[in-house]
Parts: sequence; structure tokens; C-alpha cells
Amino acid sequence: MARFTPHTEADIQEMLDAIGVETLDDLFADVEPRYKGELDLPPALSEYEALREVDALSKENVSGLPIFLGAGAYDRIVPSAVGAVISRGEFLTSYTPYQPEISQGTLQAIFEFQSMISELTGLGISNASVYDGANAVVEAALMTARLTKRDPKVAVSAGLNPRYREVIETYRVEVVDLPFESGTTDFSNLPDDVSGVFVQSPSFFGVVEDIEAASEAAHDVGALCVAVCDPISLSILEAPGNLGADVAVGEAQPLGMPLMFGGPYVGYMATKEEFVRQLPGRICGETIDKDGKLAYVLTLRGREQDIRRAKANSNICTNQALTALAATVYTALMGPEGLRGVAELSISKAHYLAERLQASGFGLRYPDAAFLWEFAVELPDVARANEALLEAGIVGGLDLGDGAMLVAVTEKRTKDELDAFVEVVSNAL
Amino acid sequence: MPFNLIRDKGREGRRGYTLPKPDVEMKELETVLPKSVLRKEKPRLAEVDEPTVIRHYTNLSRENEGIDTTFYPLGSCTMKHNPRANEAAATVSGFAGLHPLQPEAQAQGALRIMHELQGFLAEVSGLPYVSLQPLAGAQGELTSILMVKRFFDDAGDEGRTTVLVPSTAHGTNPATASMAGFRAKEVGLDYRGCVDVDELREMVDQSTAALMITNPNTCGVYERNIAEIAAVLHEAGAFLYMDGANMNANMGRMRPAEADVDIMHFNLHKTFSTPHGGGGPGCGAIACSDDLTPFLPDPTVEKRGDDYRFVRPDKTIGRVAGFHGNFGQMLRAWNYIRMHGPELRDVTDMAVLNANYVRAQLGGTYRIPYDELCKHEVVVQPPQGKKALDIAKGLIDHGYHPPTIYFPLVVKEAMLIEPTETESKETLDDFIGTMLELAETSQEDLEAAPTHAPTRRLDETRAARQLKARW
Repeated sequence: MARFTPHTEADIQEMLDAIGVETLDDLFADVEPRYKGELDLPPALSEYEALREVDALSKENVSGLPIFLGAGAYDRIVPSAVGAVISRGEFLTSYTPYQPEISQGTLQAIFEFQSMISELTGLGISNASVYDGANAVVEAALMTARLTKRDPKVAVSAGLNPRYREVIETYRVEVVDLPFESGTTDFSNLPDDVSGVFVQSPSFFGVVEDIEAASEAAHDVGALCVAVCDPISLSILEAPGNLGADVAVGEAQPLGMPLMFGGPYVGYMATKEEFVRQLPGRICGETIDKDGKLAYVLTLRGREQDIRRAKANSNICTNQALTALAATVYTALMGPEGLRGVAELSISKAHYLAERLQASGFGLRYPDAAFLWEFAVELPDVARANEALLEAGIVGGLDLGDGAMLVAVTEKRTKDELDAFVEVVSNAL
Repeated sequence: MPFNLIRDKGREGRRGYTLPKPDVEMKELETVLPKSVLRKEKPRLAEVDEPTVIRHYTNLSRENEGIDTTFYPLGSCTMKHNPRANEAAATVSGFAGLHPLQPEAQAQGALRIMHELQGFLAEVSGLPYVSLQPLAGAQGELTSILMVKRFFDDAGDEGRTTVLVPSTAHGTNPATASMAGFRAKEVGLDYRGCVDVDELREMVDQSTAALMITNPNTCGVYERNIAEIAAVLHEAGAFLYMDGANMNANMGRMRPAEADVDIMHFNLHKTFSTPHGGGGPGCGAIACSDDLTPFLPDPTVEKRGDDYRFVRPDKTIGRVAGFHGNFGQMLRAWNYIRMHGPELRDVTDMAVLNANYVRAQLGGTYRIPYDELCKHEVVVQPPQGKKALDIAKGLIDHGYHPPTIYFPLVVKEAMLIEPTETESKETLDDFIGTMLELAETSQEDLEAAPTHAPTRRLDETRAARQLKARW
């Protein structure tokens, strides 16, 4: 019998009697075509054996080394308290708070998440999360089409994470390319039929872009401006809502989520209050109960698939509540000063590394552009550099395939690791 | 007494985490960034210490019910026990610390987990190819329907404009059809709550791209005409998509491929016990037939020789996630399947046994609109004059999480009960006893419920009319 089922033979017999059938097979009498074989799966392992295998497989990965890869996922510190909170069974094993009277914990946590995202982005309303950064981007693209009543068509530049762009295209949204030179996007010549204009800051190449210029240009052609921002950066950079952006979205993995080979992460999405009815996904709002007590509940449900079906804003149902909780706990622990500390440490270390690489004769791809903690450095042989780094126990940056490496530096990297990086690359090339 | 928000518990200057001391010279931001881009006012976030954070969120958690605290028979959601071995697997540092863009050679363990899980899901469904990338069930649906769309685009067949959904379908089905650029059209039901095959035959034509069927359907009834339904669609060149939300009823008892299903999704967070997390993260893996394989999302994992690698399918629809999907959930599901092997069939058997037991014991007092063998869940209606909402709120006072209510839409005052296999007969007997008691409880008392929960019933209209969604 399966290991998490409490049924004894006596239980099964009594239950079959109550149902009025003789055997378990009889419960499937109506199933046609019925599968009569045995599933060809490896035999059941005990917990101990299964976990021993997990552990063995984990050793086939290269892990535990300093990582200089970023490009949308960052090797940041995760405080121990984050894991402690999100493994509470009451959070971990509940579902979507459809019954608010016994889900106030999840609901208040969502309300706090929304509040933090609103504060960071400078936009009045945030939803309860979407799947990841890429999906936040595509949901924003579709949202701009609904709001402008135009066909979904968005203007983006090479500064937008290419993976986000791929997801936009998968969802059948037309993409127009904007000129991208010296590390920044030129928004001055927008087509007049786009629904949305995307500006990622810091960009895929780590460079700070001009969100204000993007919003003004977008509004001039009747389109909406979507800013794609790393939430850590919003502790030091002006909030996109204060720069004219209509929607802000991004990947919130840096807020307390391990790399975990790409997920689960969490996408955030915020907009101006006037656009709330076109926002996809869940929104938690404040209300009172029958006795006048303050409480929280999912609201404006008429936008959602289970109520509006084919006319819903999105098909999203399950989102990323638990990782949104991780982001909430992380942000609470850090506070505005802690987030700023993470940003400043990362910036200082990244600039230290960039300066040392330049001093060793390696030029930056965009030397005049202001960057935060990620930059593209030109190397004569990126693959060779990465091989040498790995031999030296370092996971190098992303090979951009055109003679440059995209290097990310987080607060976790030490001066020794940065120095070793420079030394290994210099010796190898 | 409502809980204060975390921000209200702070004071300027408090910190909950200490960062490492700088070991390089700290840059003044003004020296590396133009002043114009710098933030002028700091965000009004909480400024709190760690003890306060832990106490705050621990107390919030106590305002929540989960599977760990109570029986949670939420129909269509498969709220089964979440084995803690899965959580242990997901904290192993060799996986948790792995960057998604590390080259394949550095991630062979992770790729092997993905490749094996693809194989396990292929075996459970009978369908040959699997993508683990979709991040939730609804995205698995959308990925599947986008693949169907791309198939017809590729074939130059421009007339396929419609996707059919039964009136029992989850709301995600019609929403998915619209999002993929199709018109969703509803198919009616026969007297058993199943797709009306005659009506379907009338509706299917050269404009039909697919039917989205859920089996067992959302009434908990097995769609026993599924093979005939597949034939009707295939004759017209259309596809049969199966919503796999209810796969907990099928493992080892029915394989969609043998019913000629072309493409389907799984919810790893339902069938394969990854935790629901208050509403995600999930994983909406899909499986498909040979015809649709070239259109799978980019990438899938293949084994070549001894090496595992990412492969871009020929005519892929593209990516649906930023990276490879919710790997942490894949790892948990892999672990769950490894701990069960072919005994997954016992999981299904006990789930179906539990649901039928509840059906048998509630029948007579509660109305069972489709009173025949059910699968893993059963839909019931309260006795005359009583409302599903009131019974649900009454259950809360007795310490239960209520079933899904007012769904499926085709059943008035529906209560969709899915006990799952991890509940004992004693738990079910207690629950049944409470349900029977509530059937006798006065309307006045029911309408007052809940009185023993963290809050009474909420003013939902006020939340929408006076929207306040942030501090």
C-alpha cells in the first residue's frame, strides 16, 4: 500500500461494503479504456533511499562555487528567517485563500507584499504575484493592449532580457525593435501603433536606462510605458511610477529566493490605480467582517478566469504565493536600509571588478554607460576564460556569443574571489 | 483584534539582517550613477528586527488553515499530504544553489532529474513526450493550446478558429482558449454530467481546433465516451486536449494516450504532492503525442549517450518561462514518484475509495446529482432550503476547510468534495458526521457562522467598492 495512505485492509473492506461494491477494481468499472498493466516506473524507494539518490545526483552538478552568472537570476544572500517562515505548514500546505475567514495569514501576507511592491515601484496598485519575471513582462504586454484598445504590439530594445522577449513572442504579441547603441535605448522614433513600450533598467547589460524618456515617448504615441526593474535596484533608483511609467514589472527572485536552477521564482506587477481593472491575477484588499473587524479578502474578482471565463484578463489561477511570501519576509528583514546595503555592496564590488579588469586591458562593452552590478566585458576568448575560471573553482559569467562576457557581482562575492577572477582571466587570455 | 501590519511594528533605524562588512572600497552612488536617476525618498517599508519578523509571520500563519492543520477537501485542488521528504530534497544545496544558466555539463544532476521526470510523466500518461516548463496548470493549458495553434499555422490551415469546452470546465479552459487566439464555445452535457456526444458531433467541423476535456470531469464523473469523443474530433482533423487537474483519479487505472488524447497537462502540485503554498508555485507539465512534439516549448531535455542536454524542438512555440520552469517543484515531484513507483496506482485507488465512501454516506441527506460511481471527488447539493455557502461556513466552525462551492457551475448550490487518499476513515467519518449535523442545523445558526474562526464573514462588496490594496 502507498506510504502516505492510512488505510488498513479492514478499513478498505468496511468502506467497500458501505459503497456497495466488492473490490477496488469495481470502483473503476466505468473506466473505459481501462489500463490493466502495471506502470513501468522504477520500484518504490524508502524516503532514506530516495533522498540518498537526490544527494548523489546533486553531486553531479557543479555547485558551492562563487558564481558570476546573472542575466535575470542572482546569487544573493537568503536570510535563514525566510526559509523558517515559508516552511510553516499553515502557509506551505494551504491553497488560494477562497475561504477568507481561515486564510487571513496568507491574505495579510499578500497585502503586505502588494504594499512593498507599491512602495518600491511608486505605483498605486500591485497584484498578488505572477509566475516569474518573463511572465510579468508578457502579462504587461497584453495589459497594454487592453488599456489602449490596440492590437498587442510592443516596442523593445536589446536591453530587454532576450528570454523575456522570447516569451512575449510565444504569446503571439508582435515585437518591434528599438535602436540600441552604447548600451542605452533610443526611444525617440516610436511607431505610432504600438500598445506598449518596454524599458528595462538596469538593462540586460546592467545599464541604467532613462525611464522618463521612455514614458514620454510612449505617451506621445498613445502607448503605455512598462518599466522592467530589479526590485533591489529600486532601493536606490527613482521609482518607475515617479518617472511616468504606467506599469512596473520584474523578477523578484533576488528578494530571498535561492537560484534553484531557474525556479520557483516570482514575478511582480504594479500599475496606476486607474488601470486596476485591467490588471491580471489576484488582488487582495482590505475590508471588515460582520463585527466590524479589519480583515483581508481577494477582491475585484470579476477580472478573473473562474468568474469571467473566456472574457477574463488572463487565464492565471495558481500564482506564486509562497515565493511572494519569501519576498515579503526578505524585504521586511532587510528594510529600506538593508536593501540599499545590498545594492551598494553589489555596486561597489562590481565596479571594483570592472576597474580591475579594465586595468588588466579588458575593455567594457559599454564604457560610457552607468551600470549597477552587472556589466559586459570584452574578452578575446570568452569560452577559454570560463574554462579557466571553472578549473580555478569559479563559475564565470554568461558568454554573450559575440566576444563579450556578461558578469554579475552580488554582495556574496568577496574581494578574494574578485581578485582571483581577474587573475585567472588575465593568465588564461 | 486584527494583526498590525509588519510596517506598524517597526521603528526607523531597526534592521532584521546584518550584511557582511565591505571588503572593497564602498562607492558613493553619486560617483557611479547620474544624480537624476537616484531615488529621492526612501520607500516606506517595514524597519523591523528579526525576532519581530519571526513572531509576526508565525502569528499570521496561525490565522491560516492548511492540510497540516485540518482536513481540506477542496474539490479540484487535490489537497493531499505534502511529504516532508520532498521538502528535504528541495533544500539540498547542490540543487538549490544551481544557476539556471550554468552550462549543461555543470548541471547533469538537475538535467537527469528533469529527464527522468519527463519519462515518469510519459509513463503515467502513455503519451511519449513531455515538457516540464509550464509554471502552473493554467500555463500548461495555454502551452498546449498554443501548440495546437502552431500546428495548424504550420499546416497552413487558417480556418481553425474555435476551441470547444464543456460547460463543466474549469474557468481556466475558456480563458486559455481566448488567450491563445481562439473563440471558446461551450458544449452541453448529457444526463450524467458528461459531454453530450451527439451535441459535440453537431458542433465539430473544420473550424474546430480542439476540445478541452477534463477526465474525470469536474463533477467527479468519468467521461466514459472519451474514446468516441476523440474519434469525433480526429475525424474532423481536430485535437483532444485533456485537462489533467484530476489525474489523481487516473494513475495506473487510465492512461490518456489509450483514450486517444493528443495533449494534456499535469498539476505537479495536485497529483504529485508538491505543496500548494497558499496559491503556488505550481508546475503545469504537459505531455503530447508525436504529431504535436515538434511544437513543444524550448527547451526539453534529452539524453545522448551518457549526457543529458537541452534540445530545442524543431518548430517550437518558444519559451513560456524565463528559465526551465519551476525546477524545485520538479525535484519534489520526482522524489514523490521515486517513493511510490508503480504503487502510484494505490494512491489513485485510495483517493477514489475515499470519495465514494463520502458519496455513499452523504447520499440520502445531501442530494447527489450524479449518483453513480464517482472518481476522486464527488459533487453534492445541500438539503432543500439550505445554501452551499452556509454549510461551508458551518464547516469552518467545526474545524474543517470547506469543499469547493458553487463549482461546477452546472450544479446549483454545488459542493465539490475531494477527500484525497491521505485521509483516514476516522477523519472521513467525523467529517461526514459534521455534514449530517449541519444539514439539521437551523438556518439562523448557519447564517451566523463562522463564529469560531479568526474572522466572521467578510464584507466583500466593501473591499471592491472602497479598494485599499496597500498600506
